[in-house]
Amino acid sequence: MPKKVIVRQSSAHLPPETRRTNFEEVVCGYSEAEALTEAGRCLQCKTPVCITGCPVKINIKQFINFISKKDYKGAYKTITEANLFPSICGRVCPQERQCEASCVLGKKQEPVAIGLLERFVGDRAQQNDWHETHPVEPIDKKAAIIGSGPAGLACAYDLAKAGVTVVVFEALHRPGGVLIYGIPEFRLPKEVVFKEIENLRGLGVTIETNRVIGKIHTIEELMTRLSFDVVFIGAGAGYPKNPGIKGDSLNGVMSANEFLTRVTLMHGADFPKYGTPVGIGKNIAVIGCGNTAIDSARTAMRLGPDNVYIVYRRTLEESPARKEEIRHAREEGVRFIWQTVPVELLPDDEGWVKGMDCIQRKVDETGLHIDSKFFLYADTVIYALGTMANPIISRTTPELKIDKTGYIETSEDNLMTSIPGIFAGGDITRSTGTFTTVIHAMSTGRRAAKGMLEYLKAGQ
Amino acid sequence: MFEIVRIENFSPSTFLWEVRAPEIAHAARPGQFVIVRCDEKAERIPLTIADFDVVSGTVTVVIQAAGKSTFDMKAYKALDQISDVAGPLGEPSEIENFGTVVLVGGGLGVAPVFPILRALKLKGCRTISIIGFRSKSLVFWEGRFREYSDETIIVTDDGTYGEKGLVTQPLKQIITEREINRVIAIGPLVMMKAAAEVTRPAGVRTIVSVNPIMVDGTGMCGSCRVSLGGEVKFACIDGPDMDGHLVNFDELLIRQKRFSKYEKKSLELYEKKCQKK
Repeated sequence: MPKKVIVRQSSAHLPPETRRTNFEEVVCGYSEAEALTEAGRCLQCKTPVCITGCPVKINIKQFINFISKKDYKGAYKTITEANLFPSICGRVCPQERQCEASCVLGKKQEPVAIGLLERFVGDRAQQNDWHETHPVEPIDKKAAIIGSGPAGLACAYDLAKAGVTVVVFEALHRPGGVLIYGIPEFRLPKEVVFKEIENLRGLGVTIETNRVIGKIHTIEELMTRLSFDVVFIGAGAGYPKNPGIKGDSLNGVMSANEFLTRVTLMHGADFPKYGTPVGIGKNIAVIGCGNTAIDSARTAMRLGPDNVYIVYRRTLEESPARKEEIRHAREEGVRFIWQTVPVELLPDDEGWVKGMDCIQRKVDETGLHIDSKFFLYADTVIYALGTMANPIISRTTPELKIDKTGYIETSEDNLMTSIPGIFAGGDITRSTGTFTTVIHAMSTGRRAAKGMLEYLKAGQ
Repeated sequence: MFEIVRIENFSPSTFLWEVRAPEIAHAARPGQFVIVRCDEKAERIPLTIADFDVVSGTVTVVIQAAGKSTFDMKAYKALDQISDVAGPLGEPSEIENFGTVVLVGGGLGVAPVFPILRALKLKGCRTISIIGFRSKSLVFWEGRFREYSDETIIVTDDGTYGEKGLVTQPLKQIITEREINRVIAIGPLVMMKAAAEVTRPAGVRTIVSVNPIMVDGTGMCGSCRVSLGGEVKFACIDGPDMDGHLVNFDELLIRQKRFSKYEKKSLELYEKKCQKK
């Protein structure tokens, strides 16, 4: 008799017709029974290749083994040796390209749902307050962290655990960076982020909001007047790209950053109860097909439009977005227009966008390009074409070496910049390679923290 | 939290807030702005800094109650607290001894001209101020302007105070008659556009301070984009000061209306609520 195959446990999801009308979390996560069944699928390989697929090398085999033994605290401890925020990463990591892509089980059947298991452990930890609280022996060193996004939070955590006095400077009125202003509530509930930030405060970390470093304090001032010993720059790549086509400045055209900030950070969906309007129309075209584009399209869908389109110059297979998110977007009614670029946005009589001239380019089996031109009605166009380096810090720190495109240069081994004692990571650097994910940013924050601690030690 | 230490009403709809923010006051330079968010539900509103004082640790902003958010601001009293003040933001104005500078302020724009005037005067510039208001009852800071200006010209739309007319009239006269090295004009978009047109034929460098709709104020969202000589700039990090001869004012005037539908709706609801009370 063939051995009974246990299929990959799927988590409960909110049904598309309900979730399209609200911002509640779409993926409900595992129950304990589901988590145990799923953990049971893990082969506990002698050489676990899943770990090599993880950017921060979580001991996946071990934490899943702990789940099987119902030792969830053990599982949490295992994960947090490598990744401090399992509740966040379990939700937003592109596991199908990382750990789950390498899972041996995935060759013949579905890989183990490592992401959902990670989230299960992280959520248990949040519910039971398992985070690190033990008082730390202070070491009389001060670190300034610029930016409270994934890179900054991870860096702050490691430094605080080593006894460094940590002050995090955040430009916005609320800490969390992209986790707060960018990733929508239905994919990452803000409560999850708040809890992690509270835990960080519990470790003695101070977070100063409304502080745009480079403006209120220069980097030099941090090191002199404000007597910080080390600085970490994790300011993010906040500067939106636009395609530079005719009509870019029309009303109704905005960046994904603006759109998501208006909705996610400023609660624009609750206007006028909240003061910030979103200002979108009924036919929304999102240009681009990365995760930010999908987030924008799905957010737009929840604001009650007639149509939401994703217009992408390449094909589905080439999209850098998580496949699960594309599926969710489809289920929610987002329509995808592949291999298409807008060439001009056209205005109505009052300066609002009314649609775009597009070119769709398909290649036939002989390699011949077949272009077709069409007009897409859209009264809102959202550009989600990626970001460039934000120039605020580099403009006010002339000694800081940046590359041609404005990213801060760092040394490969410890992420120190051209200025001794100043380190950098996350999307304001190229240290994450081509990956601009939360987990990669966190991993650079931790690498920098290690470099900073060594630097502090060497200076004593 | 930030404390409003002083409120001064200029008219039924315009008022001044002096807010305690020592670190911002310490870092602020003329021409920069702050973003204010009054409470958990409020918008982030960019306001150009009208004054700053390192000794008292305060920054001053001037506000016109025009929409729901700014009407809400009018309800605050001295010693009340507001949630957030972020700044200073934007690039400071260029302050040098340029020679003779004409400073033009219109309406509420008069306020942010003041720190620039003071700094230029202290650098040794000869300063001529032209400040315009709709009517006599709206005039403010005349004394402060006279203190730092070699000449002060006041105009009102209705002629109830100073000369009758628009700021562009004396500006045109001065530009034609004298050697002027620089003009700084701050006020409503139409006024700045008109001032730039007056100085364009003479080729006098003219700096305007644009204040488009913003969200974060740090270059992240691009809401405040301005076409400057055909290039895209962000007012929050490349401005707010910009070359008035290169700014595409017509585009800005349209972009200013991006949310007018919502602002109107919000204001109507607000007024209804006020009537009920």
